[in-house]
Amino acid sequence: MSPVSVLRGLVLEPSPGFVDRTLTAVGLVDDYAVLDGPAGRWHVSWGPRGVSLVVATEDPAEFARVHAGRVGRPLRAAAGLPVALERALRTQRVPKGLRVELSRLSSFEQAVLAKAREIPRGEIRPYAWVAREIGRPAAVRAVGTALGRNPVPVLIPCHRVVRADGRIGEYVFGSAAKRALLQHEGVDTEELARLAATGVRYLGSDTTAVFCLPSCRDARRIGAAHRVAFRDERAARAARYRPCRHCRPVADSAPPRLTG
Amino acid sequence: MDTDLTGALADDVDGAFPDLVRAHARLVWTVLARAGAGGEVEDLAQEVFVRAHRALHGYDADRRRALAVRSWLVTLALNIARNAARSATRRPRTVGLGTVAEPSDPGEAPEAAALRSATRARLATALAALPPAQRAAVVLRHVLGLPYAEAAAALGLPVGTVKAQVSRGVSALRADLGATGEREELG
Repeated sequence: MSPVSVLRGLVLEPSPGFVDRTLTAVGLVDDYAVLDGPAGRWHVSWGPRGVSLVVATEDPAEFARVHAGRVGRPLRAAAGLPVALERALRTQRVPKGLRVELSRLSSFEQAVLAKAREIPRGEIRPYAWVAREIGRPAAVRAVGTALGRNPVPVLIPCHRVVRADGRIGEYVFGSAAKRALLQHEGVDTEELARLAATGVRYLGSDTTAVFCLPSCRDARRIGAAHRVAFRDERAARAARYRPCRHCRPVADSAPPRLTG
Repeated sequence: MDTDLTGALADDVDGAFPDLVRAHARLVWTVLARAGAGGEVEDLAQEVFVRAHRALHGYDADRRRALAVRSWLVTLALNIARNAARSATRRPRTVGLGTVAEPSDPGEAPEAAALRSATRARLATALAALPPAQRAAVVLRHVLGLPYAEAAAALGLPVGTVKAQVSRGVSALRADLGATGEREELG
């Protein structure tokens, strides 16, 4: 045994909890609280850069495990959620200024989630719509995977992205929760599934000659007497309808208006 | 070895900082406890990371990307240890604080483990008795295993000087332990 080899044994391990205490001292710490929401109990954490994680679980230990892997900061229990955050989760109305932390995600995942965040409350979009809107029309499956990695479900409404065939599709908290969240914000999931099952992709108004995705707020305003159903883009174009600027149902929909 | 970390630090200091603390807590703790000048190791180690965090926010992305994290942290730790020692009314050294990181070999006989641990304790005492410059050099090179170039960068000294200090330090450790009858054990 040379002194040199014994010297290696003089490395010291910091006292237990040192890393967490240090990160707390520099302000890199998350608070968390639970919320009994419309689809069960959720654990929610927020930190220096906004809301970091929402997990549907009853178990604080499971939440801590997921948080350690996905966020990596220490956690401390808070008395309750900040009022604005609780309201956003309960009502599924998320103020634009509410910050969420997406920094650990890839740029593709961030683009998918930013796009999902644009979908208005009460409306749904197909996976392929998200892929097309972010300029990656072939990446439909990857969009589904990225939505499944959403760290802050509800706040980023990935539940509003569904299958084009009218089925609800998968969800980080399970399909039943997805349906419950959509119904909670007034989406008629059964009617939309029925339309999709009968081959209806778009709804148009014969007074404006505009066609929309069926859940678009403009489509929902069309009176029954003026509503026209289309199976595909070609049929709508042949009837001289143009795509809606709000829901942008097809590839060359006009861009959204910047004003008004 | 730290390119992932410096890349992440360049992109996003706060996002990468937890990984930096996890990766280097042992290094900083060991430098302060073994090569420091007394004081409460926990407080000083925390101060090292608080200062590092503040400094990183002041650097631009290119500087963060080019950072030699280990030697930078060691320099910071040694400065903080020196300043603390200068300003403090001499507090007792708290060298033993923390636990030895080396996992015990499960196949090792209890007597051998006890002997090794006793040797380690004597060596720690001998190390603590070295002059500060030799002690710091030996800690960086042989306790923490830093290459000479990195140790020299951390100490702000030429490589040759650090090699000489390590060599004198190791000889002094041999002599110290030899004098207490442990020469055969330490080779």
